[in-house]
Amino acid sequence: MQNKNNQATHLKKEILIRTIKAFLTDDFPAKARLIPYDMRPKGCAVPFRCCVYKERAILKERTIAVLGFSIEEYDERISLSSYAQKALKRSKPETLPLTVLETACKGCVPSRIHVTDLCQGCVARPCTTSCNFGAIDIINGKALIDSEKCKNCQKCISACPYSAITKVVVPCENACPVGAIAKNEKGHAKIDFEKCISCGKCVSICPFGAVHVKSQIIDILKHIKENKKVIALVAPAIVGQLPYPIGKIKSAIMKCGFCDVMEVAHGADITTKHEAEDFKQRMRRGDKFMTTSCCAAYNELVDKHIEDMKPFRSDSHTPLYYTAEIAKKKCSDCITVFISPCVAKKTEGMKNPNVDYVLSFEELGALLVAKKIEVNNCPDVPFEVESSKQGRNFPLTGGVAKAVEVATNNDIVCRNVLVDGLNIQSIRELKKYAKNKNCEQGNLVEIMSCEGGCTGGNACLNSYKTASKQITEYASNGKCVNDIEIE
Amino acid sequence: MEKIQVKVCLGTTCFVMGSSNLQELMELVPAKYGDKVEVSGSPCLSKCNIDWEYSRAPYVTVNNEVVFEATVEKVMREIEKQLSYAK
Ligand code: SF4
Ligand code: SF4
Ligand code: FES
Repeated sequence: MQNKNNQATHLKKEILIRTIKAFLTDDFPAKARLIPYDMRPKGCAVPFRCCVYKERAILKERTIAVLGFSIEEYDERISLSSYAQKALKRSKPETLPLTVLETACKGCVPSRIHVTDLCQGCVARPCTTSCNFGAIDIINGKALIDSEKCKNCQKCISACPYSAITKVVVPCENACPVGAIAKNEKGHAKIDFEKCISCGKCVSICPFGAVHVKSQIIDILKHIKENKKVIALVAPAIVGQLPYPIGKIKSAIMKCGFCDVMEVAHGADITTKHEAEDFKQRMRRGDKFMTTSCCAAYNELVDKHIEDMKPFRSDSHTPLYYTAEIAKKKCSDCITVFISPCVAKKTEGMKNPNVDYVLSFEELGALLVAKKIEVNNCPDVPFEVESSKQGRNFPLTGGVAKAVEVATNNDIVCRNVLVDGLNIQSIRELKKYAKNKNCEQGNLVEIMSCEGGCTGGNACLNSYKTASKQITEYASNGKCVNDIEIE
Repeated sequence: MEKIQVKVCLGTTCFVMGSSNLQELMELVPAKYGDKVEVSGSPCLSKCNIDWEYSRAPYVTVNNEVVFEATVEKVMREIEKQLSYAK
């Protein structure tokens, strides 16, 4: 699992905090304009790029993404203060969740096979004989690859006894499981949103921090400032994101100006019950398997890339769906904000009219810092509606399948299959199940786009190990899902 | 010899800015230095509330030395430094 805390995420969080702080002053546009200058004042050290001007240009683009705009459409002549004003005026956030910063994207060299200077120009020359396409010649005592002929088969890499040949990858292209991101004619990465499943793998992997999430934080803060009833719906993975009990995190969120905090783990209980019924029906009518339907990136994958899987995906809605529905029923003029471990849920939120905004754990963290809220000093307040042990375990790999299994009450034998992370291999397997209308390993297939489940989500703050420990502990105090009443 | 005291800040700011990585120190340090060094998690060390100083979080203190933008590696280096003085 990739480490989520590095220099690039630190920088992104700093921009978030500065933007929120600017909003909280009485002159947001003016303060927003100064962010790049405050971060890189005259004469300061230039930590990352060629000069201070380039650093500021990139910081400006990062701020624009935090303000919720696409860099693809960004006009350099417009100042940050105008963008801040535009953010204040808009009534709806932009729809696509991600944007690529052109200036920050280094334009990594295209993916190819490369001979390094470890090449000894040896006598045996196994590389030349290994290549079936005649792409390697020895020129001036060194192997040289003809890129026109090279088919990227990588045979030469294993043939060389000096390990002198390597594959150069473009990190984002390589991480994307559906081939949605590639370099455009100018050598910068570009996302094809027709294909993109919002899994966020490119966001986490890019070493230049060039793929940004477009934040909706300003829209949310605006509603809070207008004294609207803004309700936070917290994903079950929030437990363990900060080293404090969940009740303290709840009251810290209220302190930010939210008027209520609801646990999506309760929605997970509803999902579980529906999914268990769905599973029983499907097995009785002779289906060979059913997949879960709660991961937003997986849902996008099925909708965009695996048509044949549609009949095998549970019809049950996601935990967020049910929770948002309850919130809107209780109070029709409330504004719902889902607090999320990942980018994918931003896309889900935009498609669901009951979900007004989505805020990631990172963005929530930035809000707490900007408001100087020390979570440890907040009172520990329990949730109004109790969620089950199984619902609380949803964000860990195997948690969803286990919940469904418990809720089927042994009416039908569940053989759980866990797809722990979407990547090229696991997607290939899924396509196979869909095509064969059968999954030999089992009948209940749980799919999570992120390794480890939502606790491994790309916007999480804590390490998987410590967060999952806290989730397990919290879950162990919950009732059984079969004892939870739902409306 | 007095034990070296390492305090890893687990306050909100430091945690948001990345001290989750530093939790590793709780196992690493005793394994490597035995009872010469004592490591513990700490509530806000009050370094973050000065103006823009949050941007240098997470903080760790090694005796009286403050390590900012702390990483496991930086903290280990500081411990080594102080151990070599003590010799
Ligand atoms: S979010 Fe996922 S699917 Fe979309 S471009 Fe990035 S890696 Fe590819
Ligand atoms: S596994 Fe969870 S965190 Fe990851 S994309 Fe799916 S819903 Fe989001
Ligand atoms: S939270 Fe670490 S110094 Fe305040």
